Amino acid sequence: MSSETISGPILTSDGIPLKVSLKKAERINKIRAFLLVLPLLAFILISFIIPIGDMLTRSVDDRYINTVFPKTFEIYKKWDKQGLPSEEVYKTMFIEIGEAKGFKIGKASTRMNYSKSGWKSLIKKSQRKFKKIKEGPYKEQMIAVDKRWGDPIYWKALGEMVDPTTFGYYLNAVDLKYDSNKKVIAQPENRRIYMHTWIKTFKVSLLVTIFTLMLGYPIAYLLATLPLKYSNLLMICVLLPFWTSLLVRTVAWMIILQQKGVFNNLMVMAGLIADENRWKLMYNETGTIIVMTQILLPFMVLPLYSVMKTISPSYMKAALNLGASPLHAFWKVYMPNSIPGISAGGLLVFIIAIGYFITPELVGGKDGQMIGNWIAYHLKTTLNWGLCAALGSVLLAVMIVFYWLYNKIIGVENIKLG
Amino acid sequence: MSGKDSFVKFENVDKSYDGEVLVVKGLNLDIPQGEFLTMLGPSGSGKTTTLMMLAGFETPTSGEIYLEGEPISSIPPYKRGIGMVFQNYALFPHMTVNENLAFPLEVRKLPKAEIDEKVHKALSMVELQDFGTRMPLQLSGGQQQRVALARALVFEPRLVLMDEPLGALDKKLREQMQYEIKHIHENIGITVVYVTHDQSEALTMSNRIAVFNDGKIQQISTPDVLYEKPDNSFVAQFIGENNQIKGKVKSVNGKNCVVVTDNGDEIVSLKVNVNSVGDNSLLSLRPERVWVNSDKGDYENSFEAKVEELIYLGDHVRTRVNVCGNNQFIVKIPNSSDHSDLKEGAKVKLSWKAEDTRALDFKA
Repeated sequence: MSSETISGPILTSDGIPLKVSLKKAERINKIRAFLLVLPLLAFILISFIIPIGDMLTRSVDDRYINTVFPKTFEIYKKWDKQGLPSEEVYKTMFIEIGEAKGFKIGKASTRMNYSKSGWKSLIKKSQRKFKKIKEGPYKEQMIAVDKRWGDPIYWKALGEMVDPTTFGYYLNAVDLKYDSNKKVIAQPENRRIYMHTWIKTFKVSLLVTIFTLMLGYPIAYLLATLPLKYSNLLMICVLLPFWTSLLVRTVAWMIILQQKGVFNNLMVMAGLIADENRWKLMYNETGTIIVMTQILLPFMVLPLYSVMKTISPSYMKAALNLGASPLHAFWKVYMPNSIPGISAGGLLVFIIAIGYFITPELVGGKDGQMIGNWIAYHLKTTLNWGLCAALGSVLLAVMIVFYWLYNKIIGVENIKLG
Repeated sequence: MSGKDSFVKFENVDKSYDGEVLVVKGLNLDIPQGEFLTMLGPSGSGKTTTLMMLAGFETPTSGEIYLEGEPISSIPPYKRGIGMVFQNYALFPHMTVNENLAFPLEVRKLPKAEIDEKVHKALSMVELQDFGTRMPLQLSGGQQQRVALARALVFEPRLVLMDEPLGALDKKLREQMQYEIKHIHENIGITVVYVTHDQSEALTMSNRIAVFNDGKIQQISTPDVLYEKPDNSFVAQFIGENNQIKGKVKSVNGKNCVVVTDNGDEIVSLKVNVNSVGDNSLLSLRPERVWVNSDKGDYENSFEAKVEELIYLGDHVRTRVNVCGNNQFIVKIPNSSDHSDLKEGAKVKLSWKAEDTRALDFKA
């Protein structure tokens, strides 16, 4: 009589479909889980996603200059870039320079100076002298104030600012620029500084990663295999520098590495080097590498240790028992099993190293500066935040590329922190 | 030296880890070729240490171990050519089953074709020929166990050691694997030294069992002798179920002696590990060697007992009685119509033979 339909939805005993009932029962749990995660989400949004978004925007943002010279740029766009612009361009430029307040015009002229150095002083000078000009035509009078107004190079340089977005900062970050016809060309030789620094940054980061691995692997192995009472002591030795201020450690290294420092003194005392040939271990790349290796060592040791801790000692025993020599057993059995730790430690050290700037700043001298130092320099000294953002974004992009490569070759699922 | 009787020989081997406690004390052991010898004992008894010394992972503190007449203490483990199955299998997790099995052969630089053939043969032996390309973690515990076994045998070692290899398996699988290992041993005739703390495992598989306790071999014998004729109270207690009755030797009469219990009962028993009148003794008596209300007259011992508890176990009824001042005395009564009238609190007559009652040492 009352045959149940097999294909219909399953009902609970009170007649509500099972799926609906389940959803209702799970809803409270879902809300609770969401509320627990909410503060973290908000924190990540405010402190991570928004700033990175802001940085990416800033690196291409060119709107400000457009708010200072809106009309000038409007007319300027019609110019055929032959000879000098028309009287109309001069006129609106004259008016808009007059209208702009001191702070506004200062910021705008700084931006103009990035495209063609000389703009800033030209504007500053003009602002003072333009007050004498009462009526048009403006072209001749402006050129009379400063003959740079009659130089087409300055006018052509404006061409890269008329769009609200620009790639100028990115070009600058890799030693390229726009020429006066908005073609991408290399910076003149004496102004190429970033490519050289990029290469050095990768080289130093790579070397630091390799050195921390070479030094950290045996320590991590000992930590993971020694009896607890020894390994605890060793662990404290690894962590002790970690608890010491970065600056203190760097300064300690400065004392050791100077030409009249502890290390050189010992070498001279031991008669290994002559007094006049003391090694230059600081204020160059060598210093940066030595100190960064020491500072970043725990970041290599800890992931390695936590992975090695999970490698059963019986693997090595089994390999030996099956006839492999200790070296062979290590290479074929232990090492492959520690790759997740090598990857995690390597990636961690490399990422931290690539953006490092305090240590290179203090011990790097002129030769040991990394890209982070340029970012800090532009951020604090030249206030060229657009370039900072572009450099930072390139750094971010490079990291993503490395991560992608790593994922292709080794696989992200192989990263293990224990 | 290298006769058939001493394929493996331990000679006065001592082992200490800390210079204070001897884990293995003056061990002497001969293992003939082709034997399945089990070292059985509680944890900390020195059996695993003994195995590790044989494998080469531990060095004897004094004494010497010989393999086919050659002293091997100074030979590193990777040159001993001894196969081993580890407690947690120790299969290399980053290699496939085939690669795991090929590992010992590649180390020995065998030609590729020969390696493939031997790997296939070894996998067939454990009936896993279709699993060669799997990773160890994709296998069940029992399959991993078999791979470990195949890997220990694939390079045709002189001797194979097994360190509680079945400890991680469930009961049913463990029993099945016991038979499989036993059959493989019988088929290829390899010498096996097996370590376990599970006495039923030892009884099932071994030619001989060495019972370890306190760093010493307590008794080494075939399973039946060990069960039926334990030499001392430790072995009697450790292997099988066992009734213990404390007492003092009253008189000695040839191979028998009379032991008086604390409540004055006199039990005629076999003199095994007591020396003279007045010695303390622990009598050992298997629960299945006690008869209830039997009217046959040839039992030396016959006492009245009170039934304390009946536990129905299907094929037999486990009966706890109070006899000779011991209320933990167990009798296994076959589930036959003879004894269907037993009730808790009933008085019964228990009888057993003197030869089944072994007067052993008693350590207070």
